[in-house]
Amino acid sequence: MLVIEGLLKRYPDGFEALKGVDVTIEDGELVALIGPSGAGKSTLIRCVNRLVEPTEGTIELNELELTTLNRAGLRRARRRMAMIFQNYALVERLTVMENVLSGRLGSVGFFKSLFRRFPQDDVDNAFALLEKVGLEGLHDRRADALSGGQQQRVGIARALMQDPDILLVDEPTASLDPRTARQVMGLLADLCEEHGLAAIINIHDVPLARDYTDRILGLKAGELVFDGPPEELTDDVLPEIYGGEDWSKEPSEDDEEEEDIRSSGQFLAEEVL
Amino acid sequence: MPVEQREDTVVWRRRDKRQAVIHWFVTLGIAAVVLWCFKLIADDTTWEFVWSAPEQGADLAIRMFLPEWFVDIPQLWRDGELWVHVAEYFRQRGLYAMELWDPLVDTIHIATLGTVLGVMIASPLAFLAARNTTPSTTFVRPIALALLVTSRSVNSLIWALLLVVIIGPGMLAGIIAIALRSVGFCGKLLYEAIEEIDENTRDAVKSTGASGMQVLTFGVIPQIAPAFAGISIYRWDINIREATILGLVGAGGIGMALQSAIDTLAWGQVSVIFLAILATVVLSEWVSAKARAAVT
Amino acid sequence: MSGTSSETRTSPRRWRRPPMIADARKRWALYIAIVAYLLWATASIEIDIPRLIEGLDRAREFFAAALTPDFVSRWSDIWTGFIESLTMTAVATSVGVALSIPIGLGAASNLAIRPVYLICRTILAVTRAFHEIILAILFVAMFGFGPFAGVVTLIVSTIGFLGKLIAEDIEAINWDTVEAIEATGASWWQKVIYAVTPQVIPRFIGLSLYRLDINFRESAIIGIVGAGGIGATLTTAFQRYEFESVSAILILIIGTVYAFEYVSGAIRRRVL
Repeated sequence: MLVIEGLLKRYPDGFEALKGVDVTIEDGELVALIGPSGAGKSTLIRCVNRLVEPTEGTIELNELELTTLNRAGLRRARRRMAMIFQNYALVERLTVMENVLSGRLGSVGFFKSLFRRFPQDDVDNAFALLEKVGLEGLHDRRADALSGGQQQRVGIARALMQDPDILLVDEPTASLDPRTARQVMGLLADLCEEHGLAAIINIHDVPLARDYTDRILGLKAGELVFDGPPEELTDDVLPEIYGGEDWSKEPSEDDEEEEDIRSSGQFLAEEVL
Repeated sequence: MPVEQREDTVVWRRRDKRQAVIHWFVTLGIAAVVLWCFKLIADDTTWEFVWSAPEQGADLAIRMFLPEWFVDIPQLWRDGELWVHVAEYFRQRGLYAMELWDPLVDTIHIATLGTVLGVMIASPLAFLAARNTTPSTTFVRPIALALLVTSRSVNSLIWALLLVVIIGPGMLAGIIAIALRSVGFCGKLLYEAIEEIDENTRDAVKSTGASGMQVLTFGVIPQIAPAFAGISIYRWDINIREATILGLVGAGGIGMALQSAIDTLAWGQVSVIFLAILATVVLSEWVSAKARAAVT
Repeated sequence: MSGTSSETRTSPRRWRRPPMIADARKRWALYIAIVAYLLWATASIEIDIPRLIEGLDRAREFFAAALTPDFVSRWSDIWTGFIESLTMTAVATSVGVALSIPIGLGAASNLAIRPVYLICRTILAVTRAFHEIILAILFVAMFGFGPFAGVVTLIVSTIGFLGKLIAEDIEAINWDTVEAIEATGASWWQKVIYAVTPQVIPRFIGLSLYRLDINFRESAIIGIVGAGGIGATLTTAFQRYEFESVSAILILIIGTVYAFEYVSGAIRRRVL
């Protein structure tokens, strides 16, 4: 369970990216965080694993206070929270396998990691995960030789490799084409369900958020303005989050293909081969 | 764009009046300083020597590339001894060229070992100097930057002068001189490469709970590895050139042979040395181009 | 997670990082070659231990001197040499930059006609092949001792340096712009002035400032072979073991390079 209370982030230039956010995320809950650019979505999830240092407020993960941890404590805590990035943020010149195994860095000693002597369990696990995200057989490819969708799958495998309690997902689909975006969101949702993971998914695409998550948080100018299930996020509510546009004119999503995309793991094969 | 109203027409100018005046004065000032510098140099110059330069140059070229007996060529031709002389001429130069083999190999050793040593010192300094990897921007970074600038400001020949006095003449002084100069060059390019890395990737490695050293080896070093190799090879190529002249101050390599040839006014030998240097430089440039293409 | 791994595991799959060179024999041959070369090169260094021990004293002396630079006793020599270096730098950079423009234009394959291109490229290749010191030796032999030979040396190496970089920049410009200007019926010169110059000028200014910096540093060493500047003073000070003066001269050189870097940084920020 992740409990955020009174989270405030003020940058040195005085700009307040977050103005006191309170939110509680239950175990296994899949939460979308929506809002316009600059609303503080990225800052919020980066405050949780302290890639951005919060200015005020408390963040508790399973009753462990994160904001006051020292460096060693923070390292230990970061193992419990895996992050997935918009631009995949893979180490491009390393192989797929090395990228996936890098999820274990928090648990492996420096010299072992330097000489890539990861425990056999981790290696087995990495192979299993690569299979699960549909990248079987690509483990010795260099990460930058993969397509965008494949790279994001490596990012997902790396995150799961950490065996985390919660996923912090920053714009997972923003760099992907619409079809691949759906596939990746579907994969994320499936994996979270399978592993009983909670996730905060910071996302621009409102229809995707509605389709794949249990709960939606709306952030506007550093403040939480919406918190509820997808059904409550109606076209009347959206202008409150995004400003005065007429949301009813949003073209409705094409739902025909969606079912088979979500339900099967086979869709991955096309892209991989 | 400055547009001014003049009577009833609108006039467009590149600069407004104030800018134009400042621009004009700055230009004039720089021109005046440069002209004054021309005058200082002209005053310090013995112009008779300069006017005789073509003669001197021709004379030099003759001494370098032609045998002493070249004025007697018609005579020798008539006597049928020309080919003997020509053969002797090339035999002597060939023998001298063979003597140059060891100093030439030494030159390459100086450049290579100096580069290796320089890069070894430069890499940690670069991490201390890069804004995103330095342990402290207020304390460590300025020191690292100052060391890099100092190393760069002092030419390897000056380092060599200093080291020859301190540790004595020979290759070692040359190697250390090359290394000390390379530190600044490689360090600067390296820390710029480090500052340009993708921070997202670094954040990703950090967010797995990796330690500082692990973030460095997984998140930073793979990103800069090609730049690192490229910079080292590039500097090696430059260092070959530098190493050819270090011998002038006693720091080993082919420059020592050059120094003694010049001291004895043996311009024929000088020309052989120049050809040897030219060949080495061209070869090293080719090797470096190939190697850089291979690593990046 | 551990649960899933045991389900899918049929036999333990080994994983090793794929080596950079796949062929193990080639890989080891390369490693051995590198180690052997380094051993050979290191072994060829002749280390004279007694001389090194003697050197320790000298080193201590030098570091002590470095902390107590003596600007006073040789001040007039230092000052004359320093001013000479600065004037040589100014003259050589201005002339060198001016000459490098036509040669750089001529060496750009997309602008120059074939014969001009070949001539300019040859000039650049020849001027770049030799180290400044070697050029200085030749020019001193031709023009006699003094700053004139030094200025000529620096001009020649400036042309080699800038000409090549300008030519490469021009070859890399956006050709659409040139075609657009050409389409207005512009002449060759108008094309150069309106389409080429604006694209290369910021980097050209940056490179010229950088060359100013290099020329000053070089002017401090070509004096060693008699081509004027502070290098002559420096060599004399070294030969007399006057480390305090040496350190004063080095501080002056480093300080000037710092100042150049600061000023050129400021200019670059304004121009670029």
